[in-house]
Amino acid sequence: MSGRTIIGKIWDEHLVADLGGGQALLHVDRVFLHERTGPQALAALAAAGRRPANPSLVFGVVDHIVDTEPGRTERTRAKGGGEFIRSFRALARAAGLRLFDLDDPRQGIVHVISPELGIALPGCTLVCPDSHTCTVGGIGALAWGIGSTECEHALATQTLVRPRPRTMFVEFRGRLAPGVTAKDMILALIGRYGAAGGANHAIEFGGETVRALPVEARLTLCNMAVEFGAWTGLVAPDEVTIEWIAGRPFAPRGAAWDAAVAHWRALASDADAQWDARLALDCDALAPQVTWGTSPAHAVAIDAPVPEPAARAGFARALEYMDVAPGAPLLGLPIEAAFIGSCTNSRLSDLRAAARLLRGRRVASGVKALVVPGSSAVKRAAEAEGLDRVFREAGFEWRESGCSLCFYSGGDSFGAARRVVTSTNRNFEGRQGPGVRSHLASPLTVAASAIAGRIADPRPLLAA
Amino acid sequence: MERFVRLRGLAAPLLRPNIDTDVIIPSREITSPAREGYGDKLFASWRYLEPDRRPDPSFVLNRAPFDRAQILIAGENFGCGSSREMAVWAIRQFGFRCVIAPSFGAIFRANCYRNGVLPVALPQTTVEALAHAAESGVLELEVDLEACEVRAPDGRTYRFDAPGPEREMMLAGLDEIGLTLARSDAIAAFQARDRERRPWIWSAGGGVI
Repeated sequence: MSGRTIIGKIWDEHLVADLGGGQALLHVDRVFLHERTGPQALAALAAAGRRPANPSLVFGVVDHIVDTEPGRTERTRAKGGGEFIRSFRALARAAGLRLFDLDDPRQGIVHVISPELGIALPGCTLVCPDSHTCTVGGIGALAWGIGSTECEHALATQTLVRPRPRTMFVEFRGRLAPGVTAKDMILALIGRYGAAGGANHAIEFGGETVRALPVEARLTLCNMAVEFGAWTGLVAPDEVTIEWIAGRPFAPRGAAWDAAVAHWRALASDADAQWDARLALDCDALAPQVTWGTSPAHAVAIDAPVPEPAARAGFARALEYMDVAPGAPLLGLPIEAAFIGSCTNSRLSDLRAAARLLRGRRVASGVKALVVPGSSAVKRAAEAEGLDRVFREAGFEWRESGCSLCFYSGGDSFGAARRVVTSTNRNFEGRQGPGVRSHLASPLTVAASAIAGRIADPRPLLAA
Repeated sequence: MERFVRLRGLAAPLLRPNIDTDVIIPSREITSPAREGYGDKLFASWRYLEPDRRPDPSFVLNRAPFDRAQILIAGENFGCGSSREMAVWAIRQFGFRCVIAPSFGAIFRANCYRNGVLPVALPQTTVEALAHAAESGVLELEVDLEACEVRAPDGRTYRFDAPGPEREMMLAGLDEIGLTLARSDAIAAFQARDRERRPWIWSAGGGVI
């Protein structure tokens, strides 16, 4: 008998019933909700006269459209935002759910806090009506985004109906050069194989490059599995993961911890595991990546030119929207804004990396730069290290935690700025504002570009 | 769940790849937690000219007869990106009952089945041919979920796959949650075993979650 993948092992552990035809009823260990898509699920559940099956396994947080201005209040600048927040609160309370509200020290972006608080655990299944739920795969959870109606199902039954996924192993080989990060790895992968390169698959990211990544970088890597078209992605838990989780507020303790650790150590793909697909990417010579177009697949090495359109569908429109020319260099393209934040790159290690470049330097004049910590805990930890001062002195706005300008919801905006270098995950048309042109990159590249006022390679600054 | 068995309707072409849910319904257009009111907001960035939100006459869905199309023919990876179910609500409330594309974003596809919109994946060359034919404004297709077939007026028939449970739910208009709740005993038995097997899932920070 051939070996099993970690995905198959977690799947089998959560199998409530085989429904036939490759479909399974799967147990859901954790449900997370936020104020943008949670109210619809909770309202539909209540309207049907149903209640959450296991309210203690459900957690809510406000992050998507809350204000991130310093000293924030209840005010939200998103159109109709107050109604989302108020209805979410009322519905969560009525359903008896735990809610990390605006004034809660545990508040933050849902995919940042679920592992940070030790609620998401290796080998658990976790869902949220949010596509970037796959982020949590970074600690070895099987986590995926769903719609509000599927979420209603998860709340009512603590299960979901799912087809058994095809499995893919993506091996990252080699060592990252200084200035090259997990963000560059995932952008390079999507650039190479396309925005649907992982379609219909659950992916294990592995190989020596991944094993050498700290947990926060693994979360970044898995965050963009959805941009690769995958159902989800994960990194098998190891001693690095276990050490990272130990002592977190909701993590198990005592005998339960010991039993959990023994279980997690066995959660790895067998050497002879059978995969439906395999991909590989060499990282030894990997350069920082930046996107030129309107799909995460439009990623290239930062010192490469904008590609020639050839016959690729959608290229012409992307070139026009982004106002870039085939064959022209991306390096040196003037920018008007820089953004560090989002569930992709807003954790303490991201802020430290950017601050290292910004210390003693200034954002170029005319560039609006902001940094939005991924959680209130990240913000406090950064302030304890004095990172907030580094960012402020460099000319960055230092914000409260939340999703902020990862997307434009009708209120807070980049103002007149059109070209933005951003540590987020989506460069779609209009994503960060009508007409805004988003270039995805790592926090290091965003910081270097903010200083230069142009798209810039962070490596010379690191060497300086 | 809204039933879908068979549909005969006009097709509209929108053959761009990677049309994401931010384009289908921009976040700034989502101004209420209600499930209604999204039809006029579908493709808002492409459909309207700012600053006065005039319909852009060059956008296909603003032109007759496509403004009453029931079938949308789109490029690969349609509905990629955000999980927002409002994207499907907007498509349904505009009047579409079916989207034909070479491939779909996974979450969007799951959301479609649960909102009476049938996602039909056909090979790239077939989709391109149908989209070109649809440009005439007279292409009426028959989409048959029972037979898993799309039938064109020239007599050609295209087979498509639909996952078993979702197909059955759409054909009968069944309530998925009700079906699963009928398995409450199996779920309870699983949870009882699981509390023994994985107690850490059921306890946190020394206490019970």
